[in-house]
Amino acid sequence: MPIPGPALSASIEPNATAPELIRNFCIIAHIDHGKSTLADRMLQLTGVVEARAMRAQYLDRMDIERERGITIKSQAVRMPWQVDDTAYALNMIDTPGHVDFTYEVSRSLAACEGAVLLVDAAQGIEAQTLANLYLAMENDLEIIPVLNKIDLPAAQPEKYAEELANLVGGDPADVLRVSGKTGEGVEALLDRIVRDVPAPVGDPDAAARAMIFDSVYDIYRGVVTYVRVIDGNLSPRERIVMMSTRAQHELLEIGVISPEPNPTKGLGVGEVGYLITGVKDVRQSKVGDTVTNAGKPATEALGGYKDPMPMVFSGLYPVDGSDYPVLRDALDKLKLNDAALNYEPETSVALGFGFRVGFLGLLHLEIVRERLEREFDLDLISTAPNVIYDVELEDRTPVRVTNPSEFPAGKIREVREPVVKATILTPSEFVGTVMGLCTERRGAMQGMDYLSEDRVELRYTLPLAEIVFDFFDQLKSRTRGYASLDYQEGGDQVADLVKVDILLQGEKVDAFSAIVHKDKAYEYGVAMTARLKELIPRHQFEVPIQAAVGARVIARETVRAMRKDVLAKCYGGDISRKRKLLEKQKEGKKRMKNIGSVEVPKDAFIAALSSDSAKDAKDKKK
Amino acid sequence: MPALPDGVPVPADGALPAWTADAPDAPRTGAFGVYVHVPFCTVRCGYCDFNTYTASELGGGASQVAYATTALREVELARKVLADAAVTPRPVSTVFFGGGTPTSLPAADLVRVLAGVRDAWGLADGAEVTTEANPDSVTPASLQELADGGFTRVSFGMQSAVPHVLATLERTHDPRRIPDVVRWARDAGLEVSLDLIYGTPGESLEDWRASLEAVLATGVDHVSAYALVVEPGTKMAAQVRRGAVTLPDEDDQAAKYELADELLAAAGFEWYEVSNWARGAGRACRHNLAYWRGDDWWGIGPGAHSYVAAGTAGTAGDAAGAGVRWWNVKHPRRYAAMLEAGGSPGAGRELLTPAEAALERVLLGVRLREGLDLRVLSDAGRRAVAGLVARGLLDGVAAVKGRALLTLRGRLLADAVVRELTD
Ligand SMILES: Nc1nc2c(ncn2[C@@H]2O[C@H](COP(=O)(O)OP(=O)(O)OP(=O)(O)O)[C@@H](O)[C@H]2O)c(=O)[nH]1
Ligand SMILES: C[S@@+](CC[C@H](N)C(=O)[O-])C[C@H]1O[C@@H](n2cnc3c(N)ncnc32)[C@H](O)[C@@H]1O
Ligand code: SF4
Ligand SMILES: [Mg+2]
Repeated sequence: MPIPGPALSASIEPNATAPELIRNFCIIAHIDHGKSTLADRMLQLTGVVEARAMRAQYLDRMDIERERGITIKSQAVRMPWQVDDTAYALNMIDTPGHVDFTYEVSRSLAACEGAVLLVDAAQGIEAQTLANLYLAMENDLEIIPVLNKIDLPAAQPEKYAEELANLVGGDPADVLRVSGKTGEGVEALLDRIVRDVPAPVGDPDAAARAMIFDSVYDIYRGVVTYVRVIDGNLSPRERIVMMSTRAQHELLEIGVISPEPNPTKGLGVGEVGYLITGVKDVRQSKVGDTVTNAGKPATEALGGYKDPMPMVFSGLYPVDGSDYPVLRDALDKLKLNDAALNYEPETSVALGFGFRVGFLGLLHLEIVRERLEREFDLDLISTAPNVIYDVELEDRTPVRVTNPSEFPAGKIREVREPVVKATILTPSEFVGTVMGLCTERRGAMQGMDYLSEDRVELRYTLPLAEIVFDFFDQLKSRTRGYASLDYQEGGDQVADLVKVDILLQGEKVDAFSAIVHKDKAYEYGVAMTARLKELIPRHQFEVPIQAAVGARVIARETVRAMRKDVLAKCYGGDISRKRKLLEKQKEGKKRMKNIGSVEVPKDAFIAALSSDSAKDAKDKKK
Repeated sequence: MPALPDGVPVPADGALPAWTADAPDAPRTGAFGVYVHVPFCTVRCGYCDFNTYTASELGGGASQVAYATTALREVELARKVLADAAVTPRPVSTVFFGGGTPTSLPAADLVRVLAGVRDAWGLADGAEVTTEANPDSVTPASLQELADGGFTRVSFGMQSAVPHVLATLERTHDPRRIPDVVRWARDAGLEVSLDLIYGTPGESLEDWRASLEAVLATGVDHVSAYALVVEPGTKMAAQVRRGAVTLPDEDDQAAKYELADELLAAAGFEWYEVSNWARGAGRACRHNLAYWRGDDWWGIGPGAHSYVAAGTAGTAGDAAGAGVRWWNVKHPRRYAAMLEAGGSPGAGRELLTPAEAALERVLLGVRLREGLDLRVLSDAGRRAVAGLVARGLLDGVAAVKGRALLTLRGRLLADAVVRELTD
């Protein structure tokens, strides 16, 4: 009987569970290999979610996660499980798979002693499988290798069990085989977790030390902070201290998630749960901070996390300038849920007041923009994303450029651009194709290994700017979807870069400026002017669009003047329809940004985002 | 025909809102028009999305045979509803039979419906009574019968004089028949208008010129010229999507409009609405003018729209509107069934707010040669006038005299002008 009955359950009451009965684990995998679906089966098998309340990817609660079918935020849930005559409390954390959210995974790992490494039995090991495995090993976690989706006709469990066993060490026979869809093998996996994942260790009598691994702003309850208790004990009504800021708060509520928040009498060693202090300020409950008791404070904080480094930057501007304060508040609130978000105010000649925001990648950018628009009812423009450049002027003055329009004109000694260390896994038949793509993108090969007979790992140094845009799409389309990519920061390099400006009616639009490699400036100018020509509606006058490097125009297009804008026929039965059309057109006009006398639709600003990994993740699910 | 608008339900008996009532000592004075929709055609043209049905679509001719009787039921309902609402009864100034193809019914049926309208409200002196007609659906005798029955005007759907253009439009008539039908109608004592469509895929500027010249050669005094609209859901829309035909661009349509205006003006025509030209103001279609001026009208027939402005009694209340517009159910059988059951065939209606009514006044009024009284505009709208004059979209002299009057360029950009005037 895998779900413990009432008598046994007493031994795993929150705040009264011996650490030996606790197992903390997360599920890690490449994107789409089925983590959230496996989590669904665990929620069901452990009785935490009833069959009738079940829905697919139960823990993907945000609208945006459900629409896109991907996990963005990690979710921790406490579940009971019985092995032999003992009840255990399992804390499961479902993590995201997309490369932009690797930092979410790394935070979750720090709350666990074990990781289920899930691999799609029809796909095999992919780049984020390796990246996440690497992270888990860095954190000394016990790895449980598991093949998922064994119900698929295309599954090749023998082949991939071997691959996986080679990777983590061990016997292919020890690789568990499950189906998150049918539930097959999931009970055995839960048993294995109890058997193999070490119980947490900590000192129950010491001053409390709990690690904040997530923090979420909830409009009703204020800040909800997720913690993993290492030592001691936290109980409701007591005063606690955030060790980095020394700020004191009263613990209004403390509890576990199962799968909804359940208040408890406290949290003890090894337990994972949430706490609410009533703080509303975003800076008072920082991810990575250590919580301790105010009465008996700990002296040494826990390790904490390295703040994730933003990789790409983009300007975010309200379409309606008077929304600027709303945008500022909204960013402050999102920041609480999203430690990776960085921003500072900036002004654009074309767009007015806004923020320069740092993101982990394009998917992250897209998601933040969408959440701001949706959750705070904002209408936003995001400028073409770019990376950071370090420019050194002739007189050796260093200038850091996070916004292309600030790229210094003339007198430049050198420009340095960030590079990444990229790992690409591909079937061997595509090795040549992938190498070609990397060369086009100014990549330098660092190494190549055969993981198995037909699977190759390629290592490249690539300029970050070359991969953030459509590299992933290209990689996928040129390898029929088989190659996967992971990357991490890799320092910087000197490069021959120029700034391309875009001019509308002779006026430079700072929001469209971009920094590109000298050899690609022309191509970029031609592509950008052509794209804008498609996006800018015809006006009553001609609108020239130019691309220029310095004073030199390198590409030019013209949006011809509009000559006809009238519905020819308007009889009695047309009037309602025509009025509604007009109302809609006027609404649409509000979504335009005036640049000089040119009305530029919002979409034109997003256009520079071209095809990107975010879209790919979305489309893949369809 | 496009889907019906979203609206609120029409009361089962078709009753109008209380605020349409007039005070006994302040009768309303505007014109009252009646539109009669005849939803039948022998074939459906590929570009057409009007609410019309072929006999095979209806599964036989029963609806057509009984149509006049059914329509007369709605005339009777209309008389009663207006009387109950205390809307001042006025003799009908204009009647317009549109389609579909009204002349697909026997002339006697059309005459019978007209007689019913006359019985219900009376016809004003010099009332205009028009029917649309397909060139291949009339004979000298049928036209004479219409004229004898009280019709004063006929509008033929000529569309083009060029065979390959007519073929693309899937028109069935022979263009050589046009001069004949025009002559027959005139001989019967009817005024004649011709409808043209420009911008059909494959139509050259010279093709268009040929059509205009053919119209002028007939000696008619009224012309409507419409840019082809590819309506979603039509066969032509599918052809365009498939790439089977290529639509001309807006520059081509603009050039054709300018050519039409030039040739028609040279022949003594004057535009009186964006897509309508007549030789002298007296030849304008007064029924259509009433739509654009915001007068009251009752639309009889499946899918027909109606409009009644707020009355003078000032029966305000919380939800008082500026006017009520409603529309009937689309399908002829459903329409007949609802009337037979003794109720209104209304499918939905909208109660216009003053702001919506004002928007309509601008979007309709600005299309007219008589121009729009600038006093109906908001302050922001009035401020936009100077810029529109400066950019050559509104006539400067008219603006000084207090009216918004489109220039030739302005007529081609009329919707943009409306957006600025209603900012
Ligand atoms: N046939 C089959 N499909 C599965 C199985 N597990 C998951 N899927 C499908 O695989 C897709 C991805 O599943 P998710 O559970 O959202 O994957 P994930 O790893 O959580 O994805 P991210 O959170 O975006 O990284 C969905 O369409 C699931 O229905 C399985 O065992 N068998
Ligand atoms: C009610 S319709 C049709 C009347 C008649 N059945 C006929 O076809 O001649 C009146 C006019 O609208 C015009 N019309 C119909 N559909 C059109 C479209 N899709 N685009 C432009 N004009 C259209 C045609 O000029 C037509 O003569
Ligand atoms: S004949 Fe006239 S109403 Fe009938 S389908 Fe053709 S265009 Fe439409
Ligand atoms: Mg997931």
